[in-house]
Amino acid sequence: MGKVTAAIVGSGNIGTDLMYKLLRSDRIELRYVVGVDPQSKGLALARHKGLEASHEGVDWLMSRTEPPDIVFEATSAYIHRANYPRYYDAGMKAIDLTPAAIGPFVIPPVNLAEHLQEPNINMVTCGGQATIPMVHAVSRVVDVDYAEIVATVSSESAGPGTRQNIDEFTRTTSRAVEVIGGAKQGKAIIILNPAEPPMIMRDTIFCSLPPGADREKIDGSIRQMVETVQTYVPGYRLRTDPQFDEVSDGAGGAVDRVAIFIEVEGAGDFLPPYAGNLDIMTAAAAKVGDELALHLNPGDE
Amino acid sequence: MAYSETLDVRVTDTSLRDGSHAKRHQFTEAEVRSVVAALDQAGVPVIEVAHGDGLGGSSFNYGFSRTPERTLMKAAVETARQARIAALMLPGLGTKDDIVAVAELGVQVIRIATHCTEADVSEQHFALAREIGLETVGFLMMAHTATPEILARQARIMADAGCQCVYVVDSAGAMVLEDASDRVSAVVGEVGSDAQVGFHAHENLSLSVANTVLAIRAGAVQVDGSTRRFGAGAGNTSVEALAAVLERLGVRTGIDVLQIIDAAEDVVRPVMDDECVLDRLALIMGYAGVYSSFLKHAYRAAERYGVSGAEILLECGRQRLVGGQEDQIIQIAAELAKVPAAV
Repeated sequence: MGKVTAAIVGSGNIGTDLMYKLLRSDRIELRYVVGVDPQSKGLALARHKGLEASHEGVDWLMSRTEPPDIVFEATSAYIHRANYPRYYDAGMKAIDLTPAAIGPFVIPPVNLAEHLQEPNINMVTCGGQATIPMVHAVSRVVDVDYAEIVATVSSESAGPGTRQNIDEFTRTTSRAVEVIGGAKQGKAIIILNPAEPPMIMRDTIFCSLPPGADREKIDGSIRQMVETVQTYVPGYRLRTDPQFDEVSDGAGGAVDRVAIFIEVEGAGDFLPPYAGNLDIMTAAAAKVGDELALHLNPGDE
Repeated sequence: MAYSETLDVRVTDTSLRDGSHAKRHQFTEAEVRSVVAALDQAGVPVIEVAHGDGLGGSSFNYGFSRTPERTLMKAAVETARQARIAALMLPGLGTKDDIVAVAELGVQVIRIATHCTEADVSEQHFALAREIGLETVGFLMMAHTATPEILARQARIMADAGCQCVYVVDSAGAMVLEDASDRVSAVVGEVGSDAQVGFHAHENLSLSVANTVLAIRAGAVQVDGSTRRFGAGAGNTSVEALAAVLERLGVRTGIDVLQIIDAAEDVVRPVMDDECVLDRLALIMGYAGVYSSFLKHAYRAAERYGVSGAEILLECGRQRLVGGQEDQIIQIAAELAKVPAAV
């Protein structure tokens, strides 16, 4: 039996970076790249790589005699909501890199195995992919009443979609910090930094800890999770050791806290290395694609 | 050009918002009522009340509030008789839901702040604020880092999105005289009659009143201050000093100078933990161009890690951190602690 076949819908920066990652996959055969702009650089690159590429949108994809098993959606939430019923009717699995959130949130090292049978998988947000593995690394050791993440991305790497819908980032990410990260309450903050040369994506994860928590065990769990993420995002690393503190709770009391400092350097496939925020989305989607391919085609292992 | 028929310049007092940084977000409802009553009585036309980092600011990153911000705003709205109550929000931290919630409490002015090159993240918030009838102000923060031309383009984005007054915000207190007036002039030139222009200063280079006067001469018709300079860094423009200076210059603010002097001494000072002074770290912020609210965080991290607060702030400047990146102060201090001290 051959490899599982796939299409990328959306030939912009994200779709093109994802193309490079899928071309390296042992389990996925990327067949199609679909856009809407005849001048698209991404479509030209896809043809150059020997893929079938079209600017005639999803209509073109749906008329292929050999439809793909998996569609990676790298358009917008609005477009994915319109496209998805067509994929579903044609029996294609969807991996959604937009904020449409039709399917369950997936953070590969946390909950991918639970959702492989789903027809639609949502990749949360860049900040969610970068920080939720850390929240989970803490919450699998101790109860986390409150987790807060701060994602700083370079201005260059924040496209109009993020800028026009910045509330969507904070809402979606904070919800996923709770649902997937395992914190009882979550909060997400995003900051754009215009420094030149552009700053590599930085993420800070604060988790409250119960009194007397085993700091060594938490530290170990964090480091182990960093290694797990590195298997699909090689540029994911701690910027300094996890910092344990007792801080003010605002109301005259104190609360124990761990602060985790992460940097995400991209692989530089199509997007520049500082855009780790975009790289971690495409890398996580490619990881989901690989696992899904194995699930659909277990004999391939 | 004047703010209105009766005021040449409208002053917004921000001691109950910028002062939140100096107070480590520990305002009580009674303190807010006492300050609002005194400022209102002295004729301050707008009083801003919020966590120092704006709506939703209560957090590990910026510090947790002692009293929920909405409780404080409700108290302010109930207390003010003539003053309008304003709130600050930063897209990426606060959301549209926060804007709606405070509008329902009776807050009349929403001030939406972005880093000075990132105005387009605020468009949806301005649109919503106008739709629900709020008066809108836009904050272009850390404005010393952008040229007048770039600021003018960013101001245009805010004005087109529904911002009624674009502020040039010297968050780091780093502007020296013409730095302020050149930026205000450029923004006035760009937005023309589409929006007013404002100016917000810090005292970190001891120039807040002077810069504010120059901003007014360059066309700013709204300016910020904090009574007793109660704000981040070395504090903001002293409202009582500014009121006195502007009266001497024949610029009408509607503020009673003697009453605001009394309010500063008798009402605001007792609410402050310490005076806001131009000490070593505050001066370094102005000198190195560092966001003023980093001050207390730098003090805390310096103590926790046994490193130099000045070194922390200089590194913040070198890394070109922007407002909101308080988290990085811990990381910088932890790394500095690893470096053996120079022999």
